Amino acid sequence: MKPKPTSRLPRRVALKWMVVASATISMLDWRSFGAPAATAKGYGLDANLLETYIPGDLWPLTLTEAQRRTATALCDIIIPADSKSPAASQLHVVDFIDEWISAPYPEQQAHREIILKGLEWMEAESAKRFKFFFAELSGQEQYAICDDICFEPKAAPEFRTAANFFSLFRNLTTGGFYTTPAGWKDIGYVGNVALQKFDGPPPEVLKHVGLI
Amino acid sequence: MPFIPSTKTQTNYDVIVVGSGAAGGQTAYVLAAAGVKVLMLEAGRRYDPVSETPMFSTNHHAPLRGSPTPDKPFGFFDATVGGGWRVPGEPYVTKRPGSDAWVEASATDVGARQNFMWWRPRMLGGRTNHWGRFSFRMGQYDFKPRSRDGLGIDWPFDYKDLAPYYDKVERLIGVFGSNEGLENTPDSSSGVLLPPPKPRAYELLAKKGCAKLGIPVIPSHVAILSQQQDHQNIPKILHPDSPAMQTALAKNMQTRLACMWATHCVRGCPIKANYQSTTVHIPPALATGNLDIITDAMVREVSVDDTGRATGVYYVDKKTREDIHVKARVVVLAASGCESARILLNSKSAHFINGLANSSGKVGRYLMDTVGSGLGGQIPVLENAPVHNEDGAMTMHMYMPWWKYKEQTAGKMDFPRGYHIEFGGGRGMPDARTFFGMERFTGGSYGKKMKEDLRRYYGSFVYFAGRGEMIPNDDCYCEIDTEKKDAWGIPVLRFHWKWSEHEERQAAHMQKTIAEIIESMGGRVTSPPQLDGKKAIYPGGSIIHEVGTTCIGSNPKNSVLNQFCQAWDVKNLFVTDGGPFVSNADKNPTLTIMANAWRATDHIIEEMRKGNI
Repeated sequence: MKPKPTSRLPRRVALKWMVVASATISMLDWRSFGAPAATAKGYGLDANLLETYIPGDLWPLTLTEAQRRTATALCDIIIPADSKSPAASQLHVVDFIDEWISAPYPEQQAHREIILKGLEWMEAESAKRFKFFFAELSGQEQYAICDDICFEPKAAPEFRTAANFFSLFRNLTTGGFYTTPAGWKDIGYVGNVALQKFDGPPPEVLKHVGLI
Repeated sequence: MPFIPSTKTQTNYDVIVVGSGAAGGQTAYVLAAAGVKVLMLEAGRRYDPVSETPMFSTNHHAPLRGSPTPDKPFGFFDATVGGGWRVPGEPYVTKRPGSDAWVEASATDVGARQNFMWWRPRMLGGRTNHWGRFSFRMGQYDFKPRSRDGLGIDWPFDYKDLAPYYDKVERLIGVFGSNEGLENTPDSSSGVLLPPPKPRAYELLAKKGCAKLGIPVIPSHVAILSQQQDHQNIPKILHPDSPAMQTALAKNMQTRLACMWATHCVRGCPIKANYQSTTVHIPPALATGNLDIITDAMVREVSVDDTGRATGVYYVDKKTREDIHVKARVVVLAASGCESARILLNSKSAHFINGLANSSGKVGRYLMDTVGSGLGGQIPVLENAPVHNEDGAMTMHMYMPWWKYKEQTAGKMDFPRGYHIEFGGGRGMPDARTFFGMERFTGGSYGKKMKEDLRRYYGSFVYFAGRGEMIPNDDCYCEIDTEKKDAWGIPVLRFHWKWSEHEERQAAHMQKTIAEIIESMGGRVTSPPQLDGKKAIYPGGSIIHEVGTTCIGSNPKNSVLNQFCQAWDVKNLFVTDGGPFVSNADKNPTLTIMANAWRATDHIIEEMRKGNI
């Protein structure tokens, strides 16, 4: 998580520029929140169900490079690599989140506003506390911010909105992660395979739940 | 005879069947078996489950990881084509809670914001392509509710009149289950049911918990082939007089494979292991050479001659927008309860100024749905269970039939009719929402801790859904909207809806009971039980069991159809879908629709042979 030393100074300069620029860009962005992109349509009532779809196939994606950087860092804090499975970004979870917030459906459009505002808040908070992009903070610094917003019921009043964002972002990260083959393996989903017969739970399961 | 365009119709059809789902499929199948020439009209497109079903596709490669959207309310892979809670260009009208204004129903305002919801696909086979496949017989009490407790309406026949047809339908479509000999939960004849699959761990846990509460948990009855059907004997049993249908049915049965215990039935089934009209009814009916099918044919009116006899139907060919008339000796409406009532109410003429077959004024009346309410639980003993494949038949292997008949008879309950409980959970294929809101259990963990938490909790959730009987009432009905027309120029329906205290109290009881069941399993509810019945009950139509609207009876003054689903006013006109129902027991209606349609169709054939129609 530690940024490379050589990137520090230029990044600081860049950050200053970004804070100014993002304020301007976000003013423009706000106008489009809550409304789908003009040309975006849903997949309709007779989509080809046999097709393989990837984010961006059906409607244009939203996130800028800067937003993707923040989202990627946050995804990997929520789901880092461990001995059982890779980190969220390695499974392209950010692409899924981008597809989700770009979808022309009411629920996703509502989420779009929460996510985009939330990503902006993350950067503003990083700049305020540590003078760096969120993705460039040390793990400890990133946790300091996330710990304040990771559970809405216990969040301080000034962090409630950010905690609401974090909750949604975490939900979407799990959605993007555990629907993949690596996610199935991590969680122990071993179905979707043709069987000759269904044997019911094996003895070790019955024992585990106290039925034998 | 095959799928044909409007230009290729023959001039000598015996029967026109409007609709191709459970009712239309069953009706056309029985007619074709008897050598009757049938024209089937379907408002949606042609659909082939064998080539169109995404059988093993995963959420990973679906838009939004397969999540429900207004375009696909049951998820991306749901088989429904061309419709759902809305059909573009074909609106209906209802009210919102607390408002007296009529509004066009919307796809995004479903749920508590709309009094009535109406699910319609536009595809061959209709809703049978995605339905839950639960196949419960109505019992003897269910046909005589008024005689038992003074409420509702009796059917003009008994369970014993329909029992042979239940056997026939179960043999034809293939239903797994068991005979338990429980009160008002009929057994099938010996050898009819296929063996049920083994229960899953959470189902066994529920059974153990429910034993303490005196609630039975028994194998579910589901229209899924747990093994291949006996193609050598069943065709002979079902069609002793029709060698042609014996051959056609035996051939189709051999193409139907046993369930592979994977991938969800709601997608449809390309190996034909479950019942859908498109794989079970229509192929053998087509193979007899007695059936023609026109798809994209939106029927708007039944035509009549000067004597008041039905002569055929008018339909709009959706591809050419042409208005077309086809003729037959007999017309059968099987378009779904509300859609058939709509056609009748729109069939006005000098003879029938209030709509066809409506001298009783009952067309559109006694609309019913199933009472629905549900609650989820988290079960600690299921946490960290050893990895195992729990897919099974993708729907419940066990369920709880209604168990308090005696208490109700003794006047000990504050609602008169029963419900059953359906349940599901465990280690299903993760979707985008599987871990939404898990912070309630994890206290907001993230990082490696969250990954461990989710491994622990995955598979430990069970959801229970009460499904109960609604009693027909005067406040629930559909009628033609005086202003609005659909894209085909056909006047649309508007729905009046009001649950009575019977249903609301029942829904509250469901919540209380489900909470007790979860507790009996050592679990905790994921939200508090909603003990205010008005809030616990789902909106009308949301269970997609809408029946009623063309009631059968023994008196032409207060019913639309006689006991054979024949219109009192027009003897060559029949309705064989959910419309004839005068009670809607907690038993899901599809099996009864098919059994009743088969019985009615036998009567049609007999009357045609006698020259009466």
